[in-house]
Amino acid sequence: MQHFANLLDALSFQPARNAKLRLIETYLAHTPDPDRGYALAALTGALNIPNAKPALLKSLAVGQSDETLFAVSYDYVGDLAETVALIWPPHAEGVADTDAGTQSPRLGDVVEKLQQSKASEVPDLLTGWLNRLDPTGRWALLKLITGALRVGVSARLAKTAVAHFGQVAVEEIEELWHGLTPPYRELFSWLSGTADKPDKHSLSFLPLMLAHPLDENELAAMVPAEFRAEWKWDGIRVQVVARDGECRLYSRAGEEISRAFPDIVAAMNFNGVLDGELLVARPDDNDVKIGPFNELQQRLNRKAVTGRMLADWPAHVRLYDILIDGEADLRPLPFDMRRAALEAWFRRQPRPRFDLSPLIGFTSWQDLSDLRAGSRAAGIEGLMLKRADSPYLGGRVKGRWFKWKRDALTVDAVLMYAQRGHGKRSSYYSDYTFGCWQAGPAEDERLLVPVGKAYSGYTDEELLMLDRWVRDHTVNRFGPVREVTPSLVVELAFDAVQRSNRHKSGVALRFPRVHRIRWDKPAAEADEVSALDRLI
Amino acid sequence: MAGPHPESWLKVLPAGLYCEPGGFYIDPTSPVDRAVITHGHSDHARAGHGAVLTTAETAAIMAIRYGEGFAGSVQRQAYEMPTRVREVAVTLLPAGHILGSAQVLLDYAGSRAVVSGDYKRRADPTCPAFTPVACDVFVTEATFGLPVFRHPPDRMELAKLLQSREIFPERCHLVGVYALGKCQRVMALLRAAGYDRPIYLHGALLALTELYAQSGVDLGLYRVISGMTPNQLRGEIILCPPSALADRWSRRLPDPVSAAASGWMRVRARARQKGAELPLIISDHADWDELLQTARDVDAPEVWITHGREEGLMHALTQQGRRARVLSLIGREEEES
Repeated sequence: MQHFANLLDALSFQPARNAKLRLIETYLAHTPDPDRGYALAALTGALNIPNAKPALLKSLAVGQSDETLFAVSYDYVGDLAETVALIWPPHAEGVADTDAGTQSPRLGDVVEKLQQSKASEVPDLLTGWLNRLDPTGRWALLKLITGALRVGVSARLAKTAVAHFGQVAVEEIEELWHGLTPPYRELFSWLSGTADKPDKHSLSFLPLMLAHPLDENELAAMVPAEFRAEWKWDGIRVQVVARDGECRLYSRAGEEISRAFPDIVAAMNFNGVLDGELLVARPDDNDVKIGPFNELQQRLNRKAVTGRMLADWPAHVRLYDILIDGEADLRPLPFDMRRAALEAWFRRQPRPRFDLSPLIGFTSWQDLSDLRAGSRAAGIEGLMLKRADSPYLGGRVKGRWFKWKRDALTVDAVLMYAQRGHGKRSSYYSDYTFGCWQAGPAEDERLLVPVGKAYSGYTDEELLMLDRWVRDHTVNRFGPVREVTPSLVVELAFDAVQRSNRHKSGVALRFPRVHRIRWDKPAAEADEVSALDRLI
Repeated sequence: MAGPHPESWLKVLPAGLYCEPGGFYIDPTSPVDRAVITHGHSDHARAGHGAVLTTAETAAIMAIRYGEGFAGSVQRQAYEMPTRVREVAVTLLPAGHILGSAQVLLDYAGSRAVVSGDYKRRADPTCPAFTPVACDVFVTEATFGLPVFRHPPDRMELAKLLQSREIFPERCHLVGVYALGKCQRVMALLRAAGYDRPIYLHGALLALTELYAQSGVDLGLYRVISGMTPNQLRGEIILCPPSALADRWSRRLPDPVSAAASGWMRVRARARQKGAELPLIISDHADWDELLQTARDVDAPEVWITHGREEGLMHALTQQGRRARVLSLIGREEEES
């Protein structure tokens, strides 16, 4: 538990992805089973243990200290689990000396005890463990049992670390993942070379085939007849897996999201594995009408789905590809043959909530370029080009599939705040908040209101210049954030504008990035928020 | 208590704590005729007083920071050697905070008060340990006056630093430390942990480090990094003032892991605010347990609290059966912790 706690502690302060990977790998290499397996489950959100309520933690801590001292401490620290971890008195017989030693409970024991215990036994168990851990250990235990680690590690990142540890491709881990359960002994045995690779589960996620961005300069060398074109729909890429009445919906990175989409799952009465785009779509005559990405967001990352949500934002899958039909693995076949199989599959039994992403006819790249320029419809992000002869290969394979996104929208906005970046950028003000003008309370008064944050798009030289500009124009500091004089205009590129009640401006930009720095442009001539309103 | 209650002769005036029968201030915040200085941190030791009484080490620190003429006259007083200032016997006692740091024992007409300045109780290879003496009133700091502040053993924090160096051998480790005290203590702790590479320093840390070395503290080999290439600094430990961690200065370094050594690192939000990837909880101030233990050790019936988080400490001291009172001294900063 102490080693796991130290890992979480280090992760929580480490912003850089590669450093996080190194920390997790080091932990996996130095920790025995089953502890490392349970740690992996905790990091990937796969750990199933009973949760403790905040009120219980508070009452345990007050019992160890004093009502007044707890109140002033909580007020100062601001986080319940952390306050409890810190205020808990060191126990002489335990690890007052905070050595990650023999007295400290093992993560595996903690998890297994919790899984076997009744709710009424949890307080005594917790007290016993808290007495035997150091402050970092207590913090980690309390984070674990309140259900939110928040150390900035995604399931995908944790799986990548496992892949590095075992020196295999992350796709191999993803393909196995859903057939495995904590503490993943067979996975670690395989990766340590002491056992064979575990068998795949029939409901496993199959790594998705991903596209490279198209370099338009290379179009001239590409033969149009060797490619097929489709719209790039603006939802989230999903894999649909149905076997003998059991169904799974996976996101692009192999996270299972079935629970959030019972409407899709209910329509999955087939045997096979398909690839498509998850969208919000409503019936429209004989067709469906795709809603903007914003609507799909209302359905993502939900634990509980209400009837209202199902009615307001009905989910839909637009199919791109078929990987497995019944028992037949179609992945080695060329695209054209898979496409024919997909169309045949759909003709056999059209079903609600599914349709096919149509192929777009074209004879020259100019045809496609014109189509792409005209595509501003909701739900379209651009075009996809796929080689007619390409098999379905997991991962981002070179030279087979290309995404050709439509041109970005732009707005002239004013730099308002800057924050230091992380890792290699930690001495640079590299994260920016930008604002546009809005009418103020007084007549003729205009105020800047934030419309978005950007931390990419500039060159290394531009970053140096922006950093210097920020340091020279700071008017206020709030911790790591600097407020600057509102006098630098930057042209922001972004993919879309959405309504937002979280932002004062009422709008939120999708994927904003720095396009051009307008050193020449006076701030007063930057755009107004109304210019963004019109793009929604 | 045989004599008059210290309340009648030890008072808070605008410039700070004033000992009336001695005619001097202790750590005044603006220039005064006569001052007793507990230690060299800039919120306690200011330039421009008429006469200063302090330890020889603190005087040397003030001379480095403000120049030789930092005061009209200086009386360098050894620890535990009483001296008379008008009607008061003044004795400087080790405070264990930094090199030269002292508590001030005031004995006036049979009544004794101890002004502790800043202090800590754990062993520190760079200065003599805090000496508790019985008194009627103990004036304490409360920088870490909350039960959430319990500093872990130093060697655990050093182990964190050395372990991180093993995990990231191709990077350098940049540790933000205060120039006076923390810097040299971290160096000495590294040596105690068996670290025998040269320790690299930001130029601003050199002068005070030399003073420590001259005073006989074993800091091993150290050098300023100027003129070194990033490749030469891979794997090394470099110390710099906290402000330099995110400064342009750090860009010449090979992908530094930024660490910060301070008692505030105990609280995650504070550590995050400082942008530390590797927070090291190393403090030169008493933690919660040390504050309470010290009150028991000096066994003063009355404790005055000068600066820090007073509310929790007041409550706990009252529970110990002592009178506790908060002195409102202005100009104390929490920075040098």
